[in-house]
Amino acid sequence: MSQSGKPDRQTLARLFSEFIDPEYVIADEETQKPYECDGLSMYCEMPLIVVLPETLKQVQQVMKICHQYQIPVVARGAGTGLCAGAMPHKEGVVLSLAKFNQILDIDPLARTARLQPGVRNLAISEAAAEYGLYYGPDPSSQIACTIGGNIAENSGGVHCLKYGLTVHNALSVEMITVEGERVILGSEGLDSAGLDLMALITGSEGLLGVVTEITVRLLPVPEKAQVVMAGFHTVQAAGDAVGAVIAAGIIPAGLEMMDTHAIHAAEAFANAGYPLDAEALLLCELDGTTEEVDQYIERVEQFFLQQGASSVQVSGSEAERAAMWKGRKSAFPAVGRISPDYYCMDGTIPRSQLARVLTEMQKMSAEYGLRVANVFHAGDGNLHPLILFDANVPGEFEKTEAFGGRILELCVEVGGCITGEHGVGMEKIRQMSAQFNEQEIAQFHRLKQAFDPAGTLNPGKGIPVLKHCQEYRSLPSSDTSVMPLTHHHSAGDHS
Amino acid sequence: MKDLTLQLIDQVCQAYQQRTPLMIQGNNSKAFAGRTPHKNKAKDNVSTLSTAAHTGIISYQPVELVMTARAGTTLAELRAALDEHQQILAFEAPDFDGQATIAGTLATNLSGPARPWTGSVRDMVLGTRLINGTGEYLRFGGQVMKNVAGYDVSRMQAGALGTLGVITEISFKVLPRPEYSTGLTLELPASEAIVLMNQLAGQANPITGACWYRDQLHIRLSGAARAVDKTVTSWSQKYGFQQATQDNFWQQLQHQQLPVFTETGALWRFSVNSTADDLAPAVHQTGIEVSDSLIDWCGSQRWLRTPETLAEQQNTQLQSLQRLAENARGSVTLWQGGDRSQEINQTLNPVLERLHKNVKQAMDPAGILNPGRLYSWM
Repeated sequence: MSQSGKPDRQTLARLFSEFIDPEYVIADEETQKPYECDGLSMYCEMPLIVVLPETLKQVQQVMKICHQYQIPVVARGAGTGLCAGAMPHKEGVVLSLAKFNQILDIDPLARTARLQPGVRNLAISEAAAEYGLYYGPDPSSQIACTIGGNIAENSGGVHCLKYGLTVHNALSVEMITVEGERVILGSEGLDSAGLDLMALITGSEGLLGVVTEITVRLLPVPEKAQVVMAGFHTVQAAGDAVGAVIAAGIIPAGLEMMDTHAIHAAEAFANAGYPLDAEALLLCELDGTTEEVDQYIERVEQFFLQQGASSVQVSGSEAERAAMWKGRKSAFPAVGRISPDYYCMDGTIPRSQLARVLTEMQKMSAEYGLRVANVFHAGDGNLHPLILFDANVPGEFEKTEAFGGRILELCVEVGGCITGEHGVGMEKIRQMSAQFNEQEIAQFHRLKQAFDPAGTLNPGKGIPVLKHCQEYRSLPSSDTSVMPLTHHHSAGDHS
Repeated sequence: MKDLTLQLIDQVCQAYQQRTPLMIQGNNSKAFAGRTPHKNKAKDNVSTLSTAAHTGIISYQPVELVMTARAGTTLAELRAALDEHQQILAFEAPDFDGQATIAGTLATNLSGPARPWTGSVRDMVLGTRLINGTGEYLRFGGQVMKNVAGYDVSRMQAGALGTLGVITEISFKVLPRPEYSTGLTLELPASEAIVLMNQLAGQANPITGACWYRDQLHIRLSGAARAVDKTVTSWSQKYGFQQATQDNFWQQLQHQQLPVFTETGALWRFSVNSTADDLAPAVHQTGIEVSDSLIDWCGSQRWLRTPETLAEQQNTQLQSLQRLAENARGSVTLWQGGDRSQEINQTLNPVLERLHKNVKQAMDPAGILNPGRLYSWM
């Protein structure tokens, strides 16, 4: 035991090894290394210990021990998150749920799937395919990210406008409280008794509990999906074209926009046939019955031409559709090829503000001397500016972060928010005060206390510590108002 | 169209200082919802906080599919504005004679027949402004579709019956009016109808309603005209459906005007796994007579009409029905009737009850906002 009464690394490892296979109680730095960061590798920290329990009972026991000694717990899925939400706490335990990777049940008639948190997002749709069903939310990292992480971040994807976010598709979770108790939130009905705690838990970034089982809704696989790809000479025209489609009562399954930097990078990478002379590219996917898609695809094509599209192409086959998406889906790594590093932002704006935001961003780009490429979920207003930089140039990452921070503040200024789907984590904690005032942040802290009075669940993430509110500061090292407490690595290649 | 925010904040601040309970009320169209904790309001020092005059659409951008309105704005007014742009409140909440307000709808989380397909009012909420129990005026969420900064306090208001805050303003997603809608009917016993409606919902067709009432399975199809027509033809041939002719069944269902909602006695609402077997025979077996029942939301929502409960038997009945609801993977509420000073909602387990109390404490530490409306203990 250390002087503070908390068990030291070796004691804690021994305590855990009494009920968990010692091979999965990781206390040495070399084996811990892969856990030092999530997808945002610029932020990293080594934990006290990493533990990979295999049973619910083991999770409960880990939680009870950590609760007893007030040891921070950071739950972790696949570590693909992009906001340092799963970055370890240096005095804490990383609770990896990687071994909870079973699809427990698929009920084709009720169209639900019961899942362990470590099940990969795409694996759900793959397993449901034999029943003609799939899981709606499809974040770009879906081949690797897990449903537990999706709950933590309320993940979205390119189909949100029509099919919603995680919060719209999750029915119920089994959660272990900070005290180690098991509780079920939600139900297999479409609502449940009492307060809607599912709404609170979804997107809570591991600050309120550890989710150990999830029941999600499945949707029938649409009969047909087809993409219209259109190039435009201005971003404004592309934005207006999106407005015209929505105003006509058509809700596309996916509606993506890329600016000229992103078009060029993606085309060089994927050879998707993107128009290189365009300032903005739209990919508009329609899905549904064959009749519905046929009826609406013609109209979308007409709208795009009416709005002055310089080129319009409709996917004629599944292969063509896949090729069109390949460029978009690989846009992040593609941009990675034209720059040593990039930093992906995640603001959301009202679509009508797009031209203004992009213009302002170009001004900032010149000011900071950093290039920026833009990928935009045009249907739901989620903007992903990719700031290009070189981490090997001293001071450039700091400059990039400052630029990124100003972009997010701009998003709030035009009526949007600082994060549409990546979460706050450690990364955007300083921008929280651009979106929320002190009373609102204090309210978040009181809600956190309702679940985690001692503040040991993922401390330092999600909600900034208010400088004058000492009572919220239960752990000395959870003070995120004095950034940075991390050291920087070069940017990752995650998308 | 009036902004009464400052007055509302004042009233909550006063109540907080004096530790006196407030009963939040819009147009009082849903007085039946929740418990009636105060038999004598004067004795309990309860005052009414009315949001009825806090009205008006603050912004509406059809191409953004977003509308923002003050708490007391009626759904009727919202629908009239949306109608001009061929858009709708896709959650199809009941109007209650034009009196239902947007905040009351959110507080009760009331959604209509399309709920399994296009979502509930809770699903459509993008942001709220609300006054917490200490009189602080707070804003959560926003006017954009995707927003994961901070906890989702806005959606948590759904079904909270005003126990967590006074909602003053709501931003929500709206959707285009489907190009074409039509209804199908088929005579079928409940248990077979439950299976069939779930099977149909598993197919990629433009279905937006599935309800069983009095031996008839009702299916609603909405969307692109060609797709709807094709489905009508195919399902009529395959299952023997008849196309409904000029009936207002879906309207009556949405607005809770069908006899099951208006008859006398007690009305129980079950929210369960959509494929759970018909609950009426099981309820009957517990010794409670079922006089009418309706299955909506493709099987997820069941309404059962029973004779008025006797006060001394109510808790026993609630417990028996709760067991049935739990077997069906869901919950039960005594929706109308009964002794509403007793518990009417499913009992929560001790951990869940503690979390509820803590959340209530976090939002309303003095317990002045609609105390006892949801449960006697919060």
